[in-house]
Amino acid sequence: MTERPLITDAPNTWCPGCGNFALEYAFRDVFQELQKEGISLEKFVLVTGIGCHAKIADYLDVNSFYAIHGRAIPVATGIKIARPDLHVICCVGDGDAYAEGLDHLIFGAKRNIDITVVVHNNRVYGLTTGQYTPTSPLGFKGRSTPAGTLEYPLNPLELMLTSGATYIGRGYTKNLKLLRPLLKDAILHKGFSFLDVLQICATYYDVHSMYDSLVYEVKEQPGESYEEVIKRLREWDYNNKAPIGLGTYYRKEAPTFNDRITVMKVSDREREEIIRRVLEEHL
Amino acid sequence: MNDFSVLIGGKAGEGLNKAGQILAHLMGRLGYRVYMYYDYPSLIRGGHNFSVIRGSEQKIAGHRAGMDIVLALNQDTVDFHRDKILPGGLLIYDAYYAKGEGMAIPLKQIIEQNKAPSITANSGIIGAFCKAVGIEWGILEEVLHRDIPPKVLEINLAVARGGFDAAQEHQKLHDLGRSALPFITGNEAIGLGLIQGGLTTWVAYPMTPSSSLLHFLAEMSDKVGLKVIHPENEIAVMNMALGFAAAGERVGVGTSGGGFCLMSEGLSLAGMSETPIVIMMGQRTGPSTGLPTYTGQTEYHFLRHAGQGEFSRFIVAPGDANEAFYWSTVALNLAWKFQIPAFILTDKTLSEGGYSFTIDEIRKVPVEDSPRWDGTLPYRRYAFTESGVSPLTEYGREKAVVKVNGYYHDPRGITTEDPGIVAPMQEKLLRKLQGLDQELVSYDTVNQSGSSGAVVALVCWGSNKGVCQEVAEHLGLRMVQPVVLWPFPVDSLRRALEGTSRVILVENNATGQLAAMMRQYGFAVHEQIHKYDGRPFTVEELENRVKGVLP
Ligand SMILES: Cc1ncc(C[n+]2csc(CCOP(=O)(O)OP(=O)(O)O)c2C)c(N)n1
Ligand SMILES: [Mg+2]
Repeated sequence: MTERPLITDAPNTWCPGCGNFALEYAFRDVFQELQKEGISLEKFVLVTGIGCHAKIADYLDVNSFYAIHGRAIPVATGIKIARPDLHVICCVGDGDAYAEGLDHLIFGAKRNIDITVVVHNNRVYGLTTGQYTPTSPLGFKGRSTPAGTLEYPLNPLELMLTSGATYIGRGYTKNLKLLRPLLKDAILHKGFSFLDVLQICATYYDVHSMYDSLVYEVKEQPGESYEEVIKRLREWDYNNKAPIGLGTYYRKEAPTFNDRITVMKVSDREREEIIRRVLEEHL
Repeated sequence: MNDFSVLIGGKAGEGLNKAGQILAHLMGRLGYRVYMYYDYPSLIRGGHNFSVIRGSEQKIAGHRAGMDIVLALNQDTVDFHRDKILPGGLLIYDAYYAKGEGMAIPLKQIIEQNKAPSITANSGIIGAFCKAVGIEWGILEEVLHRDIPPKVLEINLAVARGGFDAAQEHQKLHDLGRSALPFITGNEAIGLGLIQGGLTTWVAYPMTPSSSLLHFLAEMSDKVGLKVIHPENEIAVMNMALGFAAAGERVGVGTSGGGFCLMSEGLSLAGMSETPIVIMMGQRTGPSTGLPTYTGQTEYHFLRHAGQGEFSRFIVAPGDANEAFYWSTVALNLAWKFQIPAFILTDKTLSEGGYSFTIDEIRKVPVEDSPRWDGTLPYRRYAFTESGVSPLTEYGREKAVVKVNGYYHDPRGITTEDPGIVAPMQEKLLRKLQGLDQELVSYDTVNQSGSSGAVVALVCWGSNKGVCQEVAEHLGLRMVQPVVLWPFPVDSLRRALEGTSRVILVENNATGQLAAMMRQYGFAVHEQIHKYDGRPFTVEELENRVKGVLP
């Protein structure tokens, strides 16, 4: 086993103070840790959308599919169905996953496809320079909404629970100590793992002092009823000034999409034989 | 020459597609080469459905306007199709639900006597048909045994027998004394051709006329080790398929125009990321929802240009089931060999039409793949090569870091805006088209039939092949059909048109998309015949239209 630095020489263009650095280094540490535990590096595939978050595909020296805005999850789903042995991780943005590609997020959870979705949730469109996203608070003054937004944010954790995700957690880029084990846990969970990571956007939505004053670590509550989980997930609705829980909220073992697929290999000769047989049925 | 057409019509929900297949199988038993056109509105029950089944000594791929027999399960069929009955032809109709001149069959009574469900009226009228044209009961019995599920076989046999006994012989359909050929739809031919080409995964969202391909492959999936996935929408379809391809699967998607609109951003990603993919695109009529269950040839230019940016692609438009099979295998090969999107462009007529199929006449095509990475480190997904094609490897290969990217990227797959890399990467994307063009020299990209020396050429593409071929034969014209539509087969088309002085284009659209493409490449187009009402040309209709523009 060789120690690879895991960071490419691609010039990094995130702003100073950007929360994405924390995610990048947390991923690197987790990949190295998992490698020590026996998962070889080529088993990881990073699939990204488009946005500041997505540059992580260039920066981390592992397999990647730098896809298009909102569509990381279907790409990852294809990879995972084809290759159940791979660990497929989506790094997506909040605009990416909650606006442009929301349908895929819901369906990924619904299928319980065994991938990990990590939302770099800075609650703003970073790359397109500061418009509101589905998790920006009511009244958010972005460049497309100078007078403030007219709509409430959605609560992605609640949405994921009702959609069928089997692992739900929240992280924060200023709490690396918690972020690493969260990422590792989510990657190792068998089934659809969802992590909403509150990510500081130093340029367009720097609310770290607010987060710092509200975050606390949640304790996992095995055996909780659906209603009880929902209640905890609703404590902070991305709009109110309430305590913000960090950690694993929900975990469930359930058959994954791949578990329900069985496909056998068929040789070229057998294929031709089958074609002949089908044609005989069509006489 | 023996050429025989029968039309069966009734209400939607009465199983007229199935009835058409049974009639096709019956004619097949007598050694006829068969074509079937199935016409149905976009609804589940009610409305008027009909199938036209035509048998001929020669292989055919189109239907005629005139009918030898019309089988009417309702009054609409009599009213709409009475005029098509040829001199000496016959109307056979349900005595209770229709009135007309011809042979009335008391289907209602027969069904009641047998306590059978009303859907068995099909079998009853087919029984009457067999008697009327002198097909022995034993042949019908054998065909019904094969075509009707065991659970309802007995009751259908009983009603068929009732119809058979209630009819009288009218004219003898000659037994050509040849064995039957398989009778399959264009979509089934595409499915089998893809399977032949090593397809491992199919991803699609239902949309006529591609749905029956999805259904066929889903039915086949267990037998041939195929993964068939139906995701949330066409955007997911395309992107999921690219994930499959990047993970080493031989994958295709199927859709129609509306669904393909949703796929076009993913298509562009396939182009930029050099991810191979096969796309079956079945055309129907008109903009937006148009006529969902009717035919058209309006997406040639759309496919040629779909997706932002400039990248290489392959478009083939097969003209019948044999071509659909062969070119589907080839499309898979070319997509992988050149790491490009490859389109199989069909329409409702081809996809859902039925054809006698002759697999032994199809040139055998071995499975071809991308050049593969030889293990030299570091792996470069987008290594510059003379051909523009970089050695491929899939995720999970030891020591390889595979970086697939939809931004302009360097050879490793890392995003770059460096003009010194962007320009050669763009050239790499387009250089593959030259290689493809070269490769296609060994394929018959343009078909020619009719009178090879004629100075008037009928030029068509896709499902118009069958009718154009027949009209060209009747009128002594040359028939030219480009099968490969992109890269545009300039040299082959020039050869096919050599010595012609009058070129007549036949297309199921209102603007002339092949005509425009030909003009762009300097070919003369003298006349254009269009049909854009959703219905395919019949042989007679096209013949009249062509005569109208002949000097
Ligand atoms: C189909 C499409 N629409 C719009 C864009 C432009 N665009 C690029 S990134 C982005 C939003 C990014 O926001 P988010 O997903 O939150 O990522 P962040 O930059 O904040 O990390 C948009 C709208 C695009 N690339 N593709
Ligand atoms: Mg964002």
